[in-house]
Amino acid sequence: MFTEFFFELKSRGVPISLHEWIALHEALSLDLNRASLDRFYHVARSILVKDEALFDKYDMAFASYFKGIETPEEMIDEILKGLEKAKELALTPEQKAMIEALDLEQVRANFEQQWRDGRYKGHKGGNRAIGTGGTSTQGAFGYHPTGIRVGQGESRHRRAIQVAEERQFKNYSSDRILDTRNLKVALSRLRTLLPMGPEDELDIEKTIDKTARNAGEIDLVWERSLTNTAKVILLMDSGGSMDDYVDLAERLFSAAKTQIKDLKYFYFHNCIYQDIYTDMYRRSNHETMSLLRRFGSDYKCILVGDADMAPSELLHKNGAIHYFYYNDTPGIQWLQYIRNHFKKSVWLNPRPERVWPRTDTIPLVQEVFPMYELTLAGLTDAVKFLMK
Amino acid sequence: MSTYSGTSTYIVSPELEDAVNVSIALRRPLLVKGEPGTGKTLLAHSIAENLDKKIITWNIKSTTKAQDGLYIYDTVQRLNDARFGDGDISDISRYIKLGKLGQAVDSDEQVVLLIDEIDKADIEFPNDLLNEMDVMSFHIPETDETVTAKHRPIVIITSNSEKELPDPFLRRCVFHYITFPHEQLMEDIIRVHFPDIEQKLMDAVIAKFYWIRSINKLRKKPSTSELVDWVQALIVGGVDPGVIEESIPFLGTLIKKNKDYEVLDRQTDYDRTYRKYRESRSRYDS
Repeated sequence: MFTEFFFELKSRGVPISLHEWIALHEALSLDLNRASLDRFYHVARSILVKDEALFDKYDMAFASYFKGIETPEEMIDEILKGLEKAKELALTPEQKAMIEALDLEQVRANFEQQWRDGRYKGHKGGNRAIGTGGTSTQGAFGYHPTGIRVGQGESRHRRAIQVAEERQFKNYSSDRILDTRNLKVALSRLRTLLPMGPEDELDIEKTIDKTARNAGEIDLVWERSLTNTAKVILLMDSGGSMDDYVDLAERLFSAAKTQIKDLKYFYFHNCIYQDIYTDMYRRSNHETMSLLRRFGSDYKCILVGDADMAPSELLHKNGAIHYFYYNDTPGIQWLQYIRNHFKKSVWLNPRPERVWPRTDTIPLVQEVFPMYELTLAGLTDAVKFLMK
Repeated sequence: MSTYSGTSTYIVSPELEDAVNVSIALRRPLLVKGEPGTGKTLLAHSIAENLDKKIITWNIKSTTKAQDGLYIYDTVQRLNDARFGDGDISDISRYIKLGKLGQAVDSDEQVVLLIDEIDKADIEFPNDLLNEMDVMSFHIPETDETVTAKHRPIVIITSNSEKELPDPFLRRCVFHYITFPHEQLMEDIIRVHFPDIEQKLMDAVIAKFYWIRSINKLRKKPSTSELVDWVQALIVGGVDPGVIEESIPFLGTLIKKNKDYEVLDRQTDYDRTYRKYRESRSRYDS
């Protein structure tokens, strides 16, 4: 059932598995949606979509697949809306009395019956129902006070298609947390487990041993628990040609920040010279040299950048991209300093590996740093290298 | 089959009601997400009350391990007993203490198990629970016992999306996102807390609150609980509703970040300028 809907969702990037699709059919077979499209909309969403950021995509798929399908609820709402306009029916007092005796439930039931009988096939808008059935019960309901008083004019349930077309979850896709889980998992391998912190873990083996030696007098032995003590220094290129990859770099950054306790990060523009920045906008700078002195060689150094610049920026004195910035040591020399200082360092490049040889400077930087693509696979390899 | 339908103290939307019933019928955990203060945790309590079941709450902390939820082997107690000769130390089962998930599985009647703020735990935490949640059964090697659920508990899991949850875990859940309450519902919520609030104050507060929330640049949008604090402050301070229109007294209850103060100031200026411009235009047009 609805197999096309499955593919519609898939093609719009909602990741559904067969597992969930079968669960949906299980729900349908239990009639959890009570044969209503409106409920189906919510039931299917709760089973198929597991992220509010994807609700918008679901809405679009739903609207496109189910558009044009009319449901009993819709028909009735439509007809009742039409009836509301027909307050001015001329009726005899007897007729009025007869109408007032009817309650809305009956009216609805009647409509549904009529609709099922196919009497309203191809019916558009509610007004005609009154016109044609002026003497029928339908016509009379238009006058019926309950119909109006209960406020059926504005339907109690918004129709599923309407809800879907509203796309009220549009904004949720923009402020979703970046999809960093995969990156985090990759980075989590970057750990150095060392006994650190307070002695809060009971060493059972040693305790038993000591207690036994103590002739049964309990002697508790505590040890420090293992904590991740990975130290990482992240140097990120920002601005210029990196603008296209800001999103990717941010993901890496946010993943690293939560995954690594001791994370230091600095920015540079295109290449590193004698200064390095803690904030790209305020241009608050640190001397690269003092930075190297401050952070021990046991820090793992990850540089992120496209390493694609004018050769002069890398190789010449005073070659920095900023006109008034003078560097008496060429950039490549600075990169070499960094490489030599840290025991382990890598360069992550957001540009695809196949274009690396075709640029002027990437091969040169590659001679200094082991370079990996800033992709999940590349990051995994880079982490493996750092942990070797 | 029992069907959930909300309680008098907890107003539930039809969508959420459906999601709960789907999760019960499909015997899958219900994962509830939503902004803070939208009643994620209360939902489980409401379900327990409505279906007349016991509730077991497992509060997740950053140090919580999946194993803690199943059982803990209290070795220290056993060691202590061995030393001082209290009780029968050869009976290990006396030192096996079931965790919250363990209790829910072991219970004689069907219970509601609330796993609160699952995203607080380590990134691998949900994965460690996959199998136990699937089969609702686990093995205790120390006593060579297997605990199997007689009645599958109704599992409600809440998350604040601090961390993303792994896909295999998500696949097994039914998901519902509680949207932020709209203005009418918010009025009801405030009225629950302050039954005697003046309508004028209510209108002013609601208007201002949703105006603040509409500013997209805010780092942290104020939530329901902050609104309640603010209203409390306004009532205690005896602030005239007219004042709220012009300035925002006790802003500290709503805005918690320095940057957001600036954003709010800028937005206020912008709105004022824009309004003046509109006024001048309308004068010009007429």
